[in-house]
Amino acid sequence: MSTHDTQPDAAASSETDTDRDTVVLEVFRYQPDDEDAEPYYETFEVPFEEGMTVLDALLHARDYGDGTLTFRHSCRQGICGSDAMFVNGRQRLCCTTQVSDLKQPIQIDPLPHQDVIKDLVVDMDHFYDQMHAVDPFFDPDDPPSNELEEQLQSPENREKIKMATRCIWCGACTSSCNIAAGDNEYLGPAPLTKAYRFINDEREGDERRKQRLEQMTDDHAVWRCQTQFSCTEVCPKDIPNTEHIQELKRLAAKYDLSLF
Amino acid sequence: MVQLQSHEVIVVGGGGAGLRAAIAAHEAGADTAIVTKLHPVRSHTGAAEGGINAALRDGDSWELHAKDTMKGSDFLADAPAIEVLAKDAPENVIELEHYGMPFSREEEGTVSQRPFGGLSFPRTTYAGAETGHHMLHTMYEQVVKRGIQVYDEFFVSRLAVTDEPDPTDRTCHGVVAIDVRRGDLWGFEATRGVILATGPAGQVYDHTTNAVTCTGDGQAMAYRAGVPLEDMEFVQFHPTTLPSTGVLISEGVRGEGGILYNAEGERFMFERGYATTDGELASRDVVSRAELTEINEGRGFEDEYVYLDMRHLGRERILDRLENILHLAEDFEGVDGLTEPMPVKPGQHYIMGGIETNEHGQTCIDGLYAAGECACVSVHGANRLGGNALPELIVFGRRAGLHAAGVDLGDPQIVTGRRGAVEDWDGTFETEIGAVDPEPAYTDSGVGTDVVEAAIDAEQTRIDELLDREGGVRHPEVRRTLQRAMTDHVNVFRELSGLQIALKEIRSAREAYQHVYVEDSGKTFNTDLIQAIETQNLLDVAETIVMGAIARTEFRGAHWRAGHQARDDDEWLKHTFVSWDDGAPSLWFKPVLLEGEKTYEPTIRSY
Ligand SMILES: Cc1cc2nc3c(=O)[nH]c(=O)nc-3n(C[C@H](O)[C@H](O)[C@H](O)COP(=O)(O)OP(=O)(O)OC[C@H]3O[C@@H](n4cnc5c(N)ncnc54)[C@H](O)[C@@H]3O)c2cc1C
Ligand code: SF4
Ligand code: FES
Repeated sequence: MSTHDTQPDAAASSETDTDRDTVVLEVFRYQPDDEDAEPYYETFEVPFEEGMTVLDALLHARDYGDGTLTFRHSCRQGICGSDAMFVNGRQRLCCTTQVSDLKQPIQIDPLPHQDVIKDLVVDMDHFYDQMHAVDPFFDPDDPPSNELEEQLQSPENREKIKMATRCIWCGACTSSCNIAAGDNEYLGPAPLTKAYRFINDEREGDERRKQRLEQMTDDHAVWRCQTQFSCTEVCPKDIPNTEHIQELKRLAAKYDLSLF
Repeated sequence: MVQLQSHEVIVVGGGGAGLRAAIAAHEAGADTAIVTKLHPVRSHTGAAEGGINAALRDGDSWELHAKDTMKGSDFLADAPAIEVLAKDAPENVIELEHYGMPFSREEEGTVSQRPFGGLSFPRTTYAGAETGHHMLHTMYEQVVKRGIQVYDEFFVSRLAVTDEPDPTDRTCHGVVAIDVRRGDLWGFEATRGVILATGPAGQVYDHTTNAVTCTGDGQAMAYRAGVPLEDMEFVQFHPTTLPSTGVLISEGVRGEGGILYNAEGERFMFERGYATTDGELASRDVVSRAELTEINEGRGFEDEYVYLDMRHLGRERILDRLENILHLAEDFEGVDGLTEPMPVKPGQHYIMGGIETNEHGQTCIDGLYAAGECACVSVHGANRLGGNALPELIVFGRRAGLHAAGVDLGDPQIVTGRRGAVEDWDGTFETEIGAVDPEPAYTDSGVGTDVVEAAIDAEQTRIDELLDREGGVRHPEVRRTLQRAMTDHVNVFRELSGLQIALKEIRSAREAYQHVYVEDSGKTFNTDLIQAIETQNLLDVAETIVMGAIARTEFRGAHWRAGHQARDDDEWLKHTFVSWDDGAPSLWFKPVLLEGEKTYEPTIRSY
């Protein structure tokens, strides 16, 4: 384990995690271009600032410390979904997590159950594939023919799908899910929430709804869920994924019984 | 390993403008691909909160939308562009509804609209306080539906453009991109056209609502290839950003009735006479200046911010329409917007200027288009109205996509490039500007793939140089110097002396950049290298902002100049252009077009 002191004034830093002026990060490192690359943990000490997020701390470690430290990030405000990581044993967005809310040293790992590309960057391809697998697009039975004609939707129906439309594709939920970890083909929470969003959108129509429900009865869809709620707990957008999946189970059961 | 791909239309960027352009080009039958440094859903369009303007309802009309936009622009927008925006917006917004976008709804099931600053009708169509998120995801879904190819995490670093002396004779044949994940250089030939939709450049400032990735790449690449950047001095500072991070609190809060007050408890917009009719809903430049005046004169809180209060709107209304704001205030400022006022101050938000285009998205280089925030068509002039950027993305993204795919959109009224009534600036800068070490021309005007291959070679040389340098300056340091200079001297209030200092500091940052080295020498996911290139882009873009700000000796829209405290229509009804001129930039003007289908007589702009 190596230590990087990124404080301009090295003498002022101390080793203890009770020192409120310093943030200690234990960061997972993996540099695939190095020969015989092996993962390791590296310690960074960065000066604490009021309101500092985990992302701020990582940026400081990178920009004032080690330029090879690699992680995705963009918006800094919890909307782009780039920086979900495993922080102190839990999937979180680094940019919306306050350092002051965490125990130190803060351990930062890449999202579990995904291949690591480099340091904190994971391969998202499988997650995207699963998202794409549910036909994640609006596809009405009868599209309006007039360019200015609105498809009506009641405020109640909009409210019903509201939480499901908030997903930012961060991958935290799938990463937290034991079932997804064991069954690579399981669609996983976010894709199922996406399906929920369209199945419950009154604008699409019955035909499309049937096709979507048909998919929900597949072996690797809703029935796999064992209601462990981890996906709901970690979701940074407070999306009740488990509830959505439970409701889809009820709809899928009805569909199986050809009640539609 | 170098890879070569060919498509008819290459769209650079997967934000709102890029996705809409790609859908249009694809629907017009062109083989289209999106090349983007971020996965599309990570684009900053997702951060837009307030809404999207379109005249959809009885009592509203495209004429009113056009008139409001022209007034908001302080009469520096081009009438033909504004009229296209106002006319196309209704259909294009309803098209988003047809794509399934979850707009907020009225009881009868139609899409909701709300008031926004500077609008004579409540035409800002919205989806909660997360309109951009829904728009971005909805359009990405449509891209998936159509199977349009997306090369994501491909960083475009150079355009493949021929090198005739006059930029208006040049042709764009494609782009060069770094495959971020694997580190290989790719050439993308575009047989019909390249559309730049690379978004904002807010990272030239350090207090900004823009993402870390908003680094003006498209603007800088087009500029260096010979396309002039237009009206770059016009930078919008949004009046309500959180002091700690620059995170935006949507204008929707004021649209719904939120109020601003100072440390003396005054509702200063009214009580101190800044905007006695519209108050908090005056245009953004007006409100930002008012806030800073209050703060500078000692009536701010902690000498830094004022308060934005929405408590009186009531829990139900806030949760229904502004819920996202509660999360932002809580996460980033630790404030509960239901029970406490929120601290706010102005922050960089939007750049009105950009890559010069006509109404079809065409630049002066054949085969090169631009759309979205990186472009300047121009609909925002000296000040953009809230809710007018999102319609710009879809209206002009779509048109660029159609035109690039070969659809006839008629004759454009806007003339691009150094043609027509051009007037040269007769002033001088105190500092040297432009390239420190001009790059040699890198191509012969040849056939498509030759030009792309030559561009790949040139890019390889630049990258090798960056990677081979050992020791020197790190790019975050250069970036910080730049951001500080811009924030200190090229902000809401501008003085000549400060602008000259900024130009000098940019010069020294440019010189320091000659010694920038990249610590990470690996191929895989080398963000150190990407950020080094982005920093170069920021330097080029920032310099054009300062040049324009020095040249424009009047006060118009977002551009306030000490010593020139009036709008000067006799002298300044003209657009500023900065062209790179192969490393020795020049500044010139062309008249603003106030005549379209309607004529827009400049009037005093008061709210
Ligand atoms: C916080 C915030 C709130 C806003 N709210 C509103 C609002 O309510 N209403 C409104 O009308 N406007 C609003 N705006 C303005 C509006 O959202 C933006 O102007 C607009 O979204 C920009 O869209 P774009 O498609 O041009 O760029 P972006 O969405 O930023 O997309 C740029 C794309 O280009 C890609 N890219 C960039 N550089 C490269 C490169 N070198 N190589 C490859 N790809 C590249 C990126 O990956 C990205 O996909 C807001 C802006 C902000 C910041
Ligand atoms: S459901 Fe939540 S945790 Fe899962 S991808 Fe979407 S936002 Fe992230
Ligand atoms: S940086 Fe965008 S979600 Fe955290």
